[in-house]
Amino acid sequence: MLEVANLNARYGRAQILNGVSLSLGQNEVVAVLGRNGAGKSTTMKSIMGMVRQKTGQITYEGQSILGKPSHAICRAGVGYVPEERRIFGELTVEENLEVGRRDKRDDAPEWTLEHLFELFPNLSERRKNLGKQLSGGEQQMLTIARTLMGNPKMVLLDEPSEGIAPVIVEQMANVIAELKREGLSVLISEQNLHFARLVSDRAYIIEKGSVCYDGTFGHLDQNPEISNKYLAV
Amino acid sequence: MGFYFAQLLTGLANASSLFLIASGLSIIFGVTRIVNFAHGSFYMVGAYLAYTIVTALNGGIFGFWFSIIAAAAIVGVIGLLIEMTILRRIYRAPELFQLVATFGVVLIFQDATLAIWGAEDLLGPRAPGLDRAVRIMGEPIPEYDLALIAIGPAVLAGIWLLFHKTRWGVLVRAATEDREMVGALGVNQAWLFSAAFVLGAFLAGLGGALQIPREAVSLQMDLSIIGEAFVVVVIGGMGSVSGAFVAAVLISVLNAFAILIFPQISIVLPFIVMAVVLILRPYGLFGKPGSEHVGTEEPEQPLKLMSQKSTMVLLAAVMVLAFSPAVTADFTSILLVDVMVATLFAVSLHFMMGIGGMVSFGHAAYFGVGAYAAAMMVKFLGFGMLPAMLLAPFFAAAAALFFGWFCVRLSGVYLAMLTMAAAQILWGVTFQWQAFTGGDDGILGVWPAEWASSDKVYFYIAFVLCLGGIWFLRRVAHSPFGYTLRGIRDSQTRAEAIGVDTKFHQWMGFVVAGSLAGLAGVVFAFSKGSVFPDTLGIAQSIDGLIMVLLGGIHALAGPIFGAVAFVMIEDWVTRLDYWRFIFGGIILVVVLLAPDGIAGGVNRLIRAILPNQKGGAA
Repeated sequence: MLEVANLNARYGRAQILNGVSLSLGQNEVVAVLGRNGAGKSTTMKSIMGMVRQKTGQITYEGQSILGKPSHAICRAGVGYVPEERRIFGELTVEENLEVGRRDKRDDAPEWTLEHLFELFPNLSERRKNLGKQLSGGEQQMLTIARTLMGNPKMVLLDEPSEGIAPVIVEQMANVIAELKREGLSVLISEQNLHFARLVSDRAYIIEKGSVCYDGTFGHLDQNPEISNKYLAV
Repeated sequence: MGFYFAQLLTGLANASSLFLIASGLSIIFGVTRIVNFAHGSFYMVGAYLAYTIVTALNGGIFGFWFSIIAAAAIVGVIGLLIEMTILRRIYRAPELFQLVATFGVVLIFQDATLAIWGAEDLLGPRAPGLDRAVRIMGEPIPEYDLALIAIGPAVLAGIWLLFHKTRWGVLVRAATEDREMVGALGVNQAWLFSAAFVLGAFLAGLGGALQIPREAVSLQMDLSIIGEAFVVVVIGGMGSVSGAFVAAVLISVLNAFAILIFPQISIVLPFIVMAVVLILRPYGLFGKPGSEHVGTEEPEQPLKLMSQKSTMVLLAAVMVLAFSPAVTADFTSILLVDVMVATLFAVSLHFMMGIGGMVSFGHAAYFGVGAYAAAMMVKFLGFGMLPAMLLAPFFAAAAALFFGWFCVRLSGVYLAMLTMAAAQILWGVTFQWQAFTGGDDGILGVWPAEWASSDKVYFYIAFVLCLGGIWFLRRVAHSPFGYTLRGIRDSQTRAEAIGVDTKFHQWMGFVVAGSLAGLAGVVFAFSKGSVFPDTLGIAQSIDGLIMVLLGGIHALAGPIFGAVAFVMIEDWVTRLDYWRFIFGGIILVVVLLAPDGIAGGVNRLIRAILPNQKGGAA
């Protein structure tokens, strides 16, 4: 599905990624773990075409998408849910969803407004409200729903559990399980090991812009020194 | 009573056309973040086109309105061409660089209009069916004014429907908040930008076309409207169309009554209102703080001290300059004084923009205050040249101290607009206050002292003052104060978090930049022997802006390259017919070839020729 090889990315002279390699299989949920500033978000943004200065290979469904503009990557079936949510505060919930709407694809499940409101009942109640009037958890739901309106095959979820209440985190885990049931592939970046273990099939750990662990959660649990070294605060 | 009501209606009719042009400007800024100086040109061309089509068709009521719409549509197409051929190539350039391109377009349009329609003002026909006046409360009101009063709200309603009831409108509003995110959701920004530009140009063209029954079509329409249109956009909040409407009504109605009490005020009133609004509401009446996500802009490179090699080159250039009077004719020395004055002016503006991160659209204010202070000391107080030269920059500093205190409370384009308001208020006062400043006639006879009256001697005075000023600003840029300013520019919150009083440092940076601009003004005043209100005018401010941006804002050498190139090219092309067209064309070529400015372009050239060396012109 997605193959990233030897990805380097920089902002000006600041090198953020030093040869990141990872892959995501069909209908797989994979977590990218790491501390703040390790390079998780930059990896996500690079895949999405939102970082200009980068080298390496990014292959999606056998096609190189390195250097493509982000709207073309989105249209190829990649959905992106940014870390800072970035909902449109001056638009209503419905209008936010409208911005994300794209035509149905044959090779991906279709998400209708009704289906999404079923999945996110809070949003349904607040469909006429402005984005800025929503709570943090509702905004997080809205940003995922907005991306699903594009009927993606693969979703990049950047820190979905960050800064939201525990009860919403639980809801978030259900949503990710639903995405997997629907047949989507999901790449999640996370700092929270417990949440990641709950929702994903396997994990990478990124530290200082390089992948330093690639394996299962079982192996991570048996070797606590790995998570102590790379994830403990 | 009837008279005041008539005055109100006149104000509302004026508000309609002002709203049309301002709403277009606001939409373009909201979506593309381009400060479009060419918007006044769209307005002017709309009026000329409407004049031509209306007189050619001569087709009654239907023909008149068809012509108006057709003219606006043609302007929309012109906007599309400009967006696709020029602006689309430079969206990645540093913020505000696109402004240079739109200024090139202004110049080209001025001469193209002159070539096509001639220099004579053109009087359009009255609107058929609306060519009489009706009596309301005993006062005659032109029917056409009533039509305009209706057209404004109708267009507002149309835009509102477009923005809330169509997918395209929703996308435009979303892009106004966070265009990068809109791209990540699969929307091709290029088309969104083009469409916003077309709509904006159409509205400006419509505003111009609708003016033809009211006023003569002239070549001054573009620059006479652009300042006011910016004011309306800023008061309303950039990107807010309903804000533009409220602001247009506010300005026009206030103006209609203010001229009854104090006729001179109309020239500065919009700027005073803008200053007051911005001080109370830093983002305008309906504006919001801009999104943090305007794009992943690269952090700026730290400034480097010059390498030995570039220091040698610089020294050599200064030496050549120092000995030039010995070998060149007097008129070359005079031109070189102009170059040095412009360079000091541009370097001081760059200090404010590039080092301080505060964009100014009104830097001429301090240049002009310096020039006027020197002239008035000589004329009214009988000062000699040297004391006047020494003291005048302090007046510029005082003006910067006063206006800067307000300006540093804002940021971004709003700060830029407040600097412009400050300059326009000073300009308006100077222009109107005949008894004190000489008004339009200026102050004449500001000549250097006897011993300094030869062109060669004055060259050396200018040489010492200007190069000294430039050297001083370079020192400050590399001093701890300069580091602090750059830190604030790169992240205000982080600078505050480590205990820097950011406002105070910016304020002082503003004063340093203003004083040195004042010094440039002083040298200018004595070299010309006279001062006029132009020295404070928008054109002077824009010239400085073009020098800084064209030279390259990210390099200390940028304003030097920019000013030298600007003055030299201007000196050469102004001897030609249609020089604005040529000058505008040159600006566009430079913009497209070197989106990082001349300094950036030179650096890349050096690297291309000498692959192992780092470009030294930092």
